[in-house]
Amino acid sequence: MAVSLNIKGVKEGLLVTVGDGDWSEASRTLLEKLLEKQDFFRGARLVLQLGGRSLGAADLGKLRDNLGDLQINLWTVLSESALTENAAKALGLEVSLPRPQSALPPDLPPISPSEDGSQAILVDHTLRSGKSVRFPGHVIVLGDVNAGAEVVAGGNIIVWGRVRGTVQAGSEGDVTALICALDLAPTQLRIANAIATSPKRRGKPEPEIAKMKDGQIVAERWKPNEKG
Amino acid sequence: MSGTVITVTSGKGGVGKTTATANIATALAADGAKVVCIDADIGLRNLDVVLGLENRIVYDIVHVVEGTAKLRQAMIRDKRLPHLFLIPAAQTRDKSAVAPSDMVRICDELREEFDYIMLDSPAGIERGFRNALAPSNKVLIVTNPEVSAVRDADRIIGLVESELKGPPSLIINRIKPEMVKRGDMLSIDDVLDVLAIDLIGIVPEDESILVGSNRGNPVALDEKSRAGQAFRNIARRIKGEQVPFIDLDKNDGFFARLGKLIRPGG
Repeated sequence: MAVSLNIKGVKEGLLVTVGDGDWSEASRTLLEKLLEKQDFFRGARLVLQLGGRSLGAADLGKLRDNLGDLQINLWTVLSESALTENAAKALGLEVSLPRPQSALPPDLPPISPSEDGSQAILVDHTLRSGKSVRFPGHVIVLGDVNAGAEVVAGGNIIVWGRVRGTVQAGSEGDVTALICALDLAPTQLRIANAIATSPKRRGKPEPEIAKMKDGQIVAERWKPNEKG
Repeated sequence: MSGTVITVTSGKGGVGKTTATANIATALAADGAKVVCIDADIGLRNLDVVLGLENRIVYDIVHVVEGTAKLRQAMIRDKRLPHLFLIPAAQTRDKSAVAPSDMVRICDELREEFDYIMLDSPAGIERGFRNALAPSNKVLIVTNPEVSAVRDADRIIGLVESELKGPPSLIINRIKPEMVKRGDMLSIDDVLDVLAIDLIGIVPEDESILVGSNRGNPVALDEKSRAGQAFRNIARRIKGEQVPFIDLDKNDGFFARLGKLIRPGG
């Protein structure tokens, strides 16, 4: 049976995942594959992912030398086997990938809701009929809210797309909550306890903001330089 | 050989799942593929009638699941096409007689022998739908150009996507170009605007469908039927061919028919 072998480029270098099966066959297949595109792989550093396979320093060292002949640098060996890990360490290879450097400092101070914003969730896809999103904070949808779908937020609702379903902002009674969308034509729209339905559309859709004004829900066309 | 399991579903009832299953299967088989249809609508079977095989049923899928019959015994060969088979549903039982794992097992067995296994799903989103979805490699959603059918299709697409079955394809059935033109029916674009999935077929409203279903003669075998042409085109698209879509604005006058002879659309 052929050993499964997967080669892909990742940020750290060339990631090779070797499945279960005969090691000599696996290593031979790997070398053949790399040899096929020798020019492309030359100078790469290689991360070898071995799963639970147990390998001694002799096997790993042989592979490292063979890779070296192709000018590929065996850099890291990832393994769940202690034997393999020790063998890799003995050869001076890395056994784990460096943790990704985060752009954010590790200990973030808690945010101040009035200055820095408050809790929201991002839904990064269209909500189809039958889907329901409920969240005590704000809800942001990158996509449409189709008819038959529902979004209920304690805070505001922002939809970068079309609203055809049911949306409720300020569900805990916040009358200052807003609902804005690129195309606002909900089945039903609620802010706090007020309920509105969409008027029949006239003309081209445009971004709108719905909010409470004098106890009534009004939807206004979005204009630049104006806070909702 | 490993066949493809195609599930035909819709959410809403009466949009043409069974008609589509029968006709696409017939068109695939007429083109030389080995095809088996499974009626997954246990308790409300129809596919046997539409294929005209009602009077040949001895064993059904529940017999197979319960071990009373072998799979081969429940397979009814079509009376016209030697490569087309039907595994009927039981009429006297209900959906709970079959589990999703049973369908997976049966389809795995059939994959060895057939190019296409077509599953006719029942309406709804419950057990019967789950049964039909479980073994699926490819999902075809049938809808009509009306708001409620599109709404249900949207729901079904969401469920298919959450099962990670890959993107489903859409068949818009029973479209009437003159009603669309008057603004009384959703257009193809209106439907696609909401559902946002790949279109694999447009089937025009056609009286020959009803006649064919009642007589057990799928229109896919009728060279003159526009709907039959549309189903044949869907079958070709399933096989990976690029086939242009029907031009709905053409009326069926002499010139239109002449045009169709030159460039079959649909």
